[in-house]
Amino acid sequence: METVDARGLSCPQPVILARKAIDAGQFPIEVLVESVTSRENVRRMAEKAGCKVAVAEMGDEFKLTLSK
Amino acid sequence: MSARLTKFFASRWGIIFAGAVIGVLAPLLQKLGNPPNMGICVACFERDIAGALGLHRAAAVQYIRPEIVGFVLGVMLAAYAFREFRARAGSAPIVRFVLGMFAMIGALAFLGCPWRAILRLAGGDLNAILGLAGLAVGITIGVQFLKAGYNLGRAQKTYTAVGWIMPLLMVGLFLLLLLAPTFSKEGPIFFSKTGPGSLHAPVFFALGVGLLVGVLAQRTRFCTMGAIRDVILMRETHLLSGVAALLAVAFVMNLALGQARFGLVGQPVAHSSFLWNFLGMALSGLAFTLAGGCPGRQLFLSGEGDGDAAVFVTGMIVGAGFSHNFALAGSPDAIVDGVAKTGGLTPYGMGAVILGLAACLLVGFTMRETAPKEV
Repeated sequence: METVDARGLSCPQPVILARKAIDAGQFPIEVLVESVTSRENVRRMAEKAGCKVAVAEMGDEFKLTLSK
Repeated sequence: MSARLTKFFASRWGIIFAGAVIGVLAPLLQKLGNPPNMGICVACFERDIAGALGLHRAAAVQYIRPEIVGFVLGVMLAAYAFREFRARAGSAPIVRFVLGMFAMIGALAFLGCPWRAILRLAGGDLNAILGLAGLAVGITIGVQFLKAGYNLGRAQKTYTAVGWIMPLLMVGLFLLLLLAPTFSKEGPIFFSKTGPGSLHAPVFFALGVGLLVGVLAQRTRFCTMGAIRDVILMRETHLLSGVAALLAVAFVMNLALGQARFGLVGQPVAHSSFLWNFLGMALSGLAFTLAGGCPGRQLFLSGEGDGDAAVFVTGMIVGAGFSHNFALAGSPDAIVDGVAKTGGLTPYGMGAVILGLAACLLVGFTMRETAPKEV
């Protein structure tokens, strides 16, 4: 399991980091983000890249699990 | 209902809807009194606010623009309604301040931010093409830095009250607009008697438009810089479809309202000094990309608790002060004694744009996670 901690980073950083992890191909990938904007941006990019995306809300943070 | 709305606004039709609504409202604001091709211009309006407060003394551009107040407060309302208000701060504030200053200096060299560049084009001002080309080049340079690991570091969660500072400052500005006090003899608050600053739509209509745009932008993440950045960085056209909708609808509105006039020379509040239109916006585009959002988006972020975006906004307002006090802003084309005179930049303005580009490149090159760390 690859974990990308993008908490506190503003867009497009979370998307760039998640994209790098997808390109590296170590699935499943966990992406931690803080804002709904980052959640939606990472989700949109990952789905476009052919990943399945599951979102879990943890307090005021989000964990996205990307799998192929 | 709330989940369905969220889903709609996150969709492509959502962002197109937001762009189209802005495309209707901006030309309408112009019809109701705002300056030509300036129904909404975030940079110009912040510059007018700087002038009203006396941070510069360019008498033609001084007014507290309620649209800006509305943007921040509208975002705040939406962020609270959808439980998305998150107070955060601490990601390289001084860098964001400097980026905001130079973003404003670049925008005022061109005489408009990306929002106005789009509205100028929608009004037939073909100089805007040069500006938008410059913007795209600046963003492309910024994207290269992003790809190379440029990063201003993480923001930290902080006290809710930190996130309230910019919205409260906006409430204060609105009170200054309504009460219009004079703080000293011949002192601020200033309100232009002639020129673009004297042209404005009715206060509460402008505030209402600002609030509505703020709500829509908060739900959809509308961003003019992000629209181009995402295409270059990841071939993603989501945000671009919103900007395209804005351009198309504003164009039709301008035709319908008789506000479109095609040409290069003598366009309202614009100059036809091609090189500096291009370079001014290139500077802005680079600064916005390094800071993560166009001037509108920075305002919107500052309304949902982002203290770093609030610092960028403050940098822009201070930059407007420098821009006019130091004669860095572009002067519009004018007719002097019956002869058309091309406007443009003073040598100081040209120097400031070059300096800004150098400063932004320095930020891009030195603030990378892959760069060797100094001990």
